[in-house]
Formats: sequence, C-alpha cells, structure tokens
Amino acid sequence: MQQQKVQQEYNYCKVIIQLNRWILYKFVFLLSALAIFSAIMVLVSKNPVHSVLWLIVVFFAISGHYILLNAQFLAIVNLIVYAGAIMVLFLFVIMLMNLNADAEPRKNWWMKLAGVVSGGCFLMVMVSLIRQATELSGKAALMKTGDIGLIKNLGKALFSDFVVPFEISSVLFLSAMVGAVVIGKKD
Amino acid sequence: MPIQYYIYFSLALFSIGIIGVLTRRNAIIVFMCIELMLNAVNLLLVAFSKMHHAAALTSNAASTAGVEGQLFVFFIMVVAAAEVSVGLAIIVMLYRNTHSVDINFLNRLKN
Repeated sequence: MQQQKVQQEYNYCKVIIQLNRWILYKFVFLLSALAIFSAIMVLVSKNPVHSVLWLIVVFFAISGHYILLNAQFLAIVNLIVYAGAIMVLFLFVIMLMNLNADAEPRKNWWMKLAGVVSGGCFLMVMVSLIRQATELSGKAALMKTGDIGLIKNLGKALFSDFVVPFEISSVLFLSAMVGAVVIGKKD
Repeated sequence: MPIQYYIYFSLALFSIGIIGVLTRRNAIIVFMCIELMLNAVNLLLVAFSKMHHAAALTSNAASTAGVEGQLFVFFIMVVAAAEVSVGLAIIVMLYRNTHSVDINFLNRLKN
C-alpha cells in the first residue's frame, strides 16, 4: 500500500516535469517565431518608424530568450540599452529628418531577388554545415538553472579579470561621444 | 534545449539581417539590420556560454565556466552603443548634405 502510494507520487512528479519541459519548449518556439516574424517585418515595412517598432519587438523576444537561459543581467541590459536607448535614438533621428513618409525609390526587382538569393545561399550553406557537425550532437544549453548569468557572478568576473577592457570601454565611449559631436557639428 | 536549435535560430536572424543590408537602400534600415545581426550573434554567444557551463557543471558543481561568454556579450553591447551614436551622426550629416538617406549617394566616395 505504502509502496503503491510512493510509486504514484513518483509518476505524478514525472508527469509534472515533462509538462514543465513541454511548456518551456513551447515558450522557446513561440519567442523564436515572434522574433523571426518581427525581423521579416523590419525588412518589408515601407515606413521606417514601423521598422523601428518591429525591431523593438525582436529585442523583447531576444530578452525573453535570455531570461529562459537564466541570463538575467543580459536580459535587463538588452532591454535598457537596445530597446531603451538605441531604438529611441533611431526613432529620434527618423523623426528629426521627417522620414516617416516613405521616400525610398523603387529598386530593381532583380536586385532584391539577388539579395534574397545570396542571403538564402548563406543560410543553406551554414545549415548544412551545422547538420553534419558531429561535435555539436548531444550538447544542450542549460535552461532555467545555472547561476553564471546572475549579476553577482558577472560583476565579480567583470571587476577582477576583465577590469582593463572595462576601463578601455569607457575611453571608447568618450571618443565616440567626441566623434559624434564633431561629425554632427554644423559646417 | 539542444544547442543546434539556437544555432539555427541565430542563423535565421543573421540571414534576415544580411538580406536587409543587401536589399534595402534606406541607410537607417541598413543600420537597423546590422543591429539585428549583432543581436543574433549575442544570443548565440549566450547559448554557447550556457552549453559550456552545463559541460563544466558535471565535473565541478561550483564551476563558473562560461562567464566569459556573457561578459563578451556585454562588451559587444557597449561597442554597439558607441557605434550607433557615431553612425547616426554620419547619417544625419549625409542627410544634411544631400537631403536624402539613400545609400547610393555614398557611391561618390569612390571617385
């Protein structure tokens, strides 16, 4: 009787774990489909403002992927830096130049076709390369667990092993700021 | 999640970025496609870092292998932010001189 009950609970646990994994996979596929659809919409929309808004959707989907991979710091930084700062800069420039009416001249259809075919060729070659890579078979990315993506571990590594690149990046920002001001100055 | 899945997904995003760079003529949209490609690479780096971490956890439970990949993503974001500020300044200057953001105007750099 006791053993039967334990067995039953074990079975319940197994079902719950499988359900969890099923939900996780569904989430991953949903986010990927959303990201690819939005990326295609970035290309095909005529109005640049709509392109920017679709690109923000892509960034949100990629942040969702980061959260599922338990890289929480990168998820937040991706939202703040990309969706928050860079995309606002793009939107600001587009509205400053009054480009929201589409002014793009028609391009030859065969040029578009050539672009799509060459991108598709790249995709095909890389996919066939990955399909026959034996080193990658059986490897899996750790989902939901693992604490290397937490800010504690990343901060420890950033301020001990990677402190020189960190300081150099501040110099990079200063030079980028000076460069942007010099380029954007009148005359 | 098997690592191949993330590789295919990132390749799809990267190819969409390449197609955008090749087919669109609006300089701002070309720039946005470059951002898309950077993001595809970032996602793949994080996935590989978690894969490496999973392999290291089997031998040592307190291992922090794989932190480097995520820090690399952080630095890529830093460089992308600097690049966007300079690139948008160049696009604004282009618009001020030619009243258009068509990248075919940049052909004259050849001569």
